[in-house]
Amino acid sequence: MELTLRGRAHTYGKNVDTDVIIPGKYCNIVDQTELGKHAMEGIDPEFSARVKAGDIIVADTNFGCGSSREVAPIAIKGAGVSAVIAKSFARIFYRNAINIGLPILESPEAVDAIAAGDEIEIDPAAGTIRNLTKGTSFQAAEFPPFMRSLIEAGGLIPYVERRLAERV
Amino acid sequence: MTLTEKILARHAGLDRVEPGQIINAKVDLVLANELSAAVAIAVMRSMKGAKRVFDRTKIALVEDHFVPAKDAQSAKLARLMKEFAAEQEIEHFFDVGRGGIEHVVLPEEGLVAPGELIVGGDSHTCTYGALGAFATGMGSTDIAAAFVLGEVWLRVPPTIKIVYNGALPEGVFAKDLMLATVGTLGIDGATYRALEYHGSTIDALSITGRLTMANMAIEAGAKNGIFHADEKALAFVRERTDRRFIVERADDDAAYERIVTIDVSALEPQIACPHTPDNVHPISEVLRERVDLDQIFIGSCTNGYIEDLRIAAKILHGKKIAPSLRVIVNPGSQKVWMQAADEGILKTLASAGCVVNTPGCGACFGGHMGTLGDGERCLSTTNRNYVGRMGSPKAEVYLASPATCAASALTGHITDPRVLELAPA
Repeated sequence: MELTLRGRAHTYGKNVDTDVIIPGKYCNIVDQTELGKHAMEGIDPEFSARVKAGDIIVADTNFGCGSSREVAPIAIKGAGVSAVIAKSFARIFYRNAINIGLPILESPEAVDAIAAGDEIEIDPAAGTIRNLTKGTSFQAAEFPPFMRSLIEAGGLIPYVERRLAERV
Repeated sequence: MTLTEKILARHAGLDRVEPGQIINAKVDLVLANELSAAVAIAVMRSMKGAKRVFDRTKIALVEDHFVPAKDAQSAKLARLMKEFAAEQEIEHFFDVGRGGIEHVVLPEEGLVAPGELIVGGDSHTCTYGALGAFATGMGSTDIAAAFVLGEVWLRVPPTIKIVYNGALPEGVFAKDLMLATVGTLGIDGATYRALEYHGSTIDALSITGRLTMANMAIEAGAKNGIFHADEKALAFVRERTDRRFIVERADDDAAYERIVTIDVSALEPQIACPHTPDNVHPISEVLRERVDLDQIFIGSCTNGYIEDLRIAAKILHGKKIAPSLRVIVNPGSQKVWMQAADEGILKTLASAGCVVNTPGCGACFGGHMGTLGDGERCLSTTNRNYVGRMGSPKAEVYLASPATCAASALTGHITDPRVLELAPA
């Protein structure tokens, strides 16, 4: 995982579901960059034109609810987004994001204190979020130890490879 | 321990588990469709040391999302999964014309039994909880890991006990019960929770009704939704498989996070209004204004069963659907399709002016086979109505039971099925 991430905030409300993150008609696309061109299209058709590499999505509760499509976090990553900060994440999206190495942070205080366009800096390992525009900083919720070890190992794939090697 | 805790403990080789505990659990079955499999297969190929699936008899692969293929890219994904199935000698591979919607097919084919642990690359994998299995949806990378290891890491969910008491009133069905439940819990009211269904209404509910209810557990954010396997469930399973399985029961003193009670006798038919599955209202409230419709959809993994089609056929028999709308019917599987043909249902529906499709997920998620245009309004037996779910982000989707949908097909606007005479489900 990178040491620090930095970009402008794109803000959204509650219950941003995976159908708006990547609409169903795009679900047969497998290329990450191609998917990225359609990220957030269901609620923000201008997002892909507006987003710059490193930018951060900031959302209210229950981000990523609905379908289990892994192409949802993949599309967000493919658009160049470096992290998602939300008040809470839906269950399957949370796992998927960690598995594919998309940094996610839970912090209701940070979300309330970030406006669209604010310059944000994140240290994913420490879980710190700094709003550089407003000069405020926040601590995101810590991941449970097992998930921290998954993240530190580089995601689910290295974890599986290690388990496979242990079995031989 | 609750029912979910018992199944998880056994699959993790532990005497007991607590909510919040992280476990490594052996899986009995791993499911994928051609969309989730495409990514899962690519992930598996990229893993060092991963050449074979852990057990070729414990994987199910079902072509169901874009079927038949809607374009060359979809055909490519279908082919990828088919070739993988051949290479890995997967026993349970269901091609178009020989399967159907994955969540209708698996119980039908005897691939689900009480006490089993099933993970699937589709959020509605929770459906199998109807037969007393622990079943949950996951993303493709998790599915690839399960393909290879035959196990998954899981965080034990706390359980919400939901008690339904009373007899289902006329015109009110399992779908209405579950819509009312999602409306009560909210779309994030059960996030990370297991739902455990109880009560006299549940005991009297058909297996199809339980499949419908378990199917929508994810709509409240739940990890899984589970029923105790009673005589009805055991009979259903034993007709379809003779493998051994273990029937668990929640302890009488199991600790539930909370208990929700729903008084069924007071229920009306329910409608989930745009644009969330928890925007649920009794039909009498919705009908304060006329809601004209452009499309009605009857089918999907929620309500694609023969019993659902029978209700539609009974209502539409000898009649014509309103000229102002189109009705699309999707039997949930090839077997349901053929049974509907045998019973004259397909002819009844076609005579009424309905489109009758091959089993598949397409219309439900705006893939193909019944996509909505700008400004269109659809009443559907499916499970989700988020913005753009069935096509244009400028369309509206309302969710309802097959009876409500069929009644509305006659009039062209949302109609209370109780104005027709129907025997309870």
